[in-house]
Amino acid sequence: MELRIDREAVARARRLAGAIVDPVEDFIERHSTVSVERAVARLCGVDGVDGAGVPLANRLIDALPAREAGVARALGAAIAESGRTPQQVAAAVAAGEALPDPAGTPETALRAALRVHIDAGLARIDAARALRTALLARLPQGEPPLLYVIVASGNIYEDRTAAVAAAEGGAQIVAVIRSTAQSLLDYVPFGATTEGFGGTYATQENFRLMRAALDEASERLGRYVMLTNYASGLCMPEIAALAALERLDMLLNDSMYGILFRDINMQRTFVDQHFSRQLNARSGIVINTGEDNYLTTADAVEQAPAVLASQFVNEAFARRAGLPAAQMGLGDAYEIDPDLEDGFLLQVAQAQLTRQIFPDAPLKYMPPTKHMTGNIFKGHLIDAMFNLTSVMTHQTIHLCGMLTEAIHTPFLGDRALALENARYVMTTARHFGDEIEIKAGGRIELRARDVLSGAVRILDGVAQRGLMRAIEDGTFADIRRPRDGGRGYDGVFAKDAAYWNPFADALAGGAVPA
Amino acid sequence: MSLVRPYGDTQDDGAVQLSFTLPIAWDEAADEAARQLVAKMGFSDVSVVEGRAISAGFSFFVVYARTLVAVDASTIRAPSATGAALSIEQVDELIARRVGRKLKVVGACIGTDAHTVGIDAILNMKGYKGDYGLERYRGFEVFNLGSQIAVEDLVRFARERDVDAILASQVVTQKGSDIANFTALAELLEAENAREGLLLIAGGPRVTNLLAAELGYDGGFGRGTLPRDVATFIARRISDRQPG
Repeated sequence: MELRIDREAVARARRLAGAIVDPVEDFIERHSTVSVERAVARLCGVDGVDGAGVPLANRLIDALPAREAGVARALGAAIAESGRTPQQVAAAVAAGEALPDPAGTPETALRAALRVHIDAGLARIDAARALRTALLARLPQGEPPLLYVIVASGNIYEDRTAAVAAAEGGAQIVAVIRSTAQSLLDYVPFGATTEGFGGTYATQENFRLMRAALDEASERLGRYVMLTNYASGLCMPEIAALAALERLDMLLNDSMYGILFRDINMQRTFVDQHFSRQLNARSGIVINTGEDNYLTTADAVEQAPAVLASQFVNEAFARRAGLPAAQMGLGDAYEIDPDLEDGFLLQVAQAQLTRQIFPDAPLKYMPPTKHMTGNIFKGHLIDAMFNLTSVMTHQTIHLCGMLTEAIHTPFLGDRALALENARYVMTTARHFGDEIEIKAGGRIELRARDVLSGAVRILDGVAQRGLMRAIEDGTFADIRRPRDGGRGYDGVFAKDAAYWNPFADALAGGAVPA
Repeated sequence: MSLVRPYGDTQDDGAVQLSFTLPIAWDEAADEAARQLVAKMGFSDVSVVEGRAISAGFSFFVVYARTLVAVDASTIRAPSATGAALSIEQVDELIARRVGRKLKVVGACIGTDAHTVGIDAILNMKGYKGDYGLERYRGFEVFNLGSQIAVEDLVRFARERDVDAILASQVVTQKGSDIANFTALAELLEAENAREGLLLIAGGPRVTNLLAAELGYDGGFGRGTLPRDVATFIARRISDRQPG
């Protein structure tokens, strides 16, 4: 099936999105953040925590004599002067030693001293990507929509059991939901963790444990099972770095979500999302954007144009970070009130519109949550309609809806029922979307037209005011965020003339190994 | 006395349906294990109508059974915080007549909970299911602090603004985090002598008015609550406290 859509309106929306993000890109280019610098340190091999549990990456960045020059110069100078490794330098700083002033070391010497560690970091990222490519070739993951489930026990070992069981039950992607407070932590917790609320902390060790368990299951099942986590909140670049090293396959990563829904400073988020997406581009990680949040916090029928507008903005930012369309899991959700007559038609219109506007993007389709109740029987039916919409409009990443959505984080049996529901609908209606035609000028087509023109109107308004001003005015989700307010603003700084980020330099070309 | 049992298709047949997962590989013995387990729960006529593997080490069951126990429904009381709801105009009129000023209401998702869907439905102008939120009422001045608000910050805000009512929302219930957060808020208000004269309200899909009362709250609102239920409750309670 094919919607007749106004191609000129789509082209106009893309031009507007470009005009919206370009001034922000100028800002991004001139600034860095503490989380960007910590990611650089981690990619150079800095790991671990001090006696008080503070990550050495944080200790190192907090000890920089001049953060405006970036951590790489300070680290390079310290290595050149002492012959230590980056990890040894960070440990010495944590023990109370001061970093040498980089001005005392010739530029060529400090760059040369760090080079081996930079290359080692990039080599680890590239090796993880190459291994994923090889595994996918040998263990094909199957046809989309790819069935995606979450695990969220708070305990990584319980999560592992649930993830393997879900994979055996047909899940093709497993996401480990983070503890709800983690997005507001200005550091990445350390080690294997067994305590969390509403989810499990994202740590490098937890990533490693889960990837190893899923690798084992992938071999046994003969299909590669993907792993997802969250590069959102105050530590987007660091999570992206750790995910690249530990071969995660997808990351939640939105250019505006943290600003609007977590009150994270907008300047911080814009700078952080850029570097995290550069890392995602290099590591082959597919991002998942967060447009579903517009629909869960406000009326889904009214917010549809905002979702599309946000998809265009996310696409524009992602392109400028070097991310190819094949790694842009743009988000949408099935959140229209089930009591609304023809609500299903509106859902199909939106999903198909997104599919046609972003033909090469692995679209991420989120299940109903807002209108799910304790009536699990009706909830299972709503999920089935969501599953039908997804398969008929060729969505790529399909987050399975849980019949117990409104009740608790999924039981193991809930996940099995959700996977069974999705498999049934997607098998019985596999080619339905290819066999039907959308009535010209009918309800679905008219709705799609309205959503597209509404998105163009929003983008036009934002382009005129500028993105930061538009967010200050409450254009997105009716939420107002001041430019210098919100969490993490004190971690944003202007780069000085000597600033050096060797990873950003290496990733800027978007040159990705085959 | 009015003894009640579950109703399948005949009075007092005690029919119930259960479903659960057992952490064992499925075979016929697993079905029997499920049957014996349900029998041990005190059910009779246990029938395992579905048993199958959902992964290598887990099996899922659907079971029908009968219970012989009953409760006397005539003796059970669970007072609702939701009386007959008033309209927006009636609430505004009641507040204007009895209180003579706007009532200040602060709402927040407390602790680590980031799910504002409930508090937003009650407070935001837009409301929920066609019922306008408290921001729409002339009688309320509303502060919606949003997600992940520390109870200390909420109490400080309530003191500084001298609010009339606090609405604390909890959607995440994992490992009792909702109870812990609700309790922490009530205890902090007590410790700071800020509880008196304040209407303290709990909300969330798992909240009941009984639970809220046990936690020291004035009211509790669970699933299906409309903004006007909360608005009516606040307006009536505070009006009732006014002299004369």
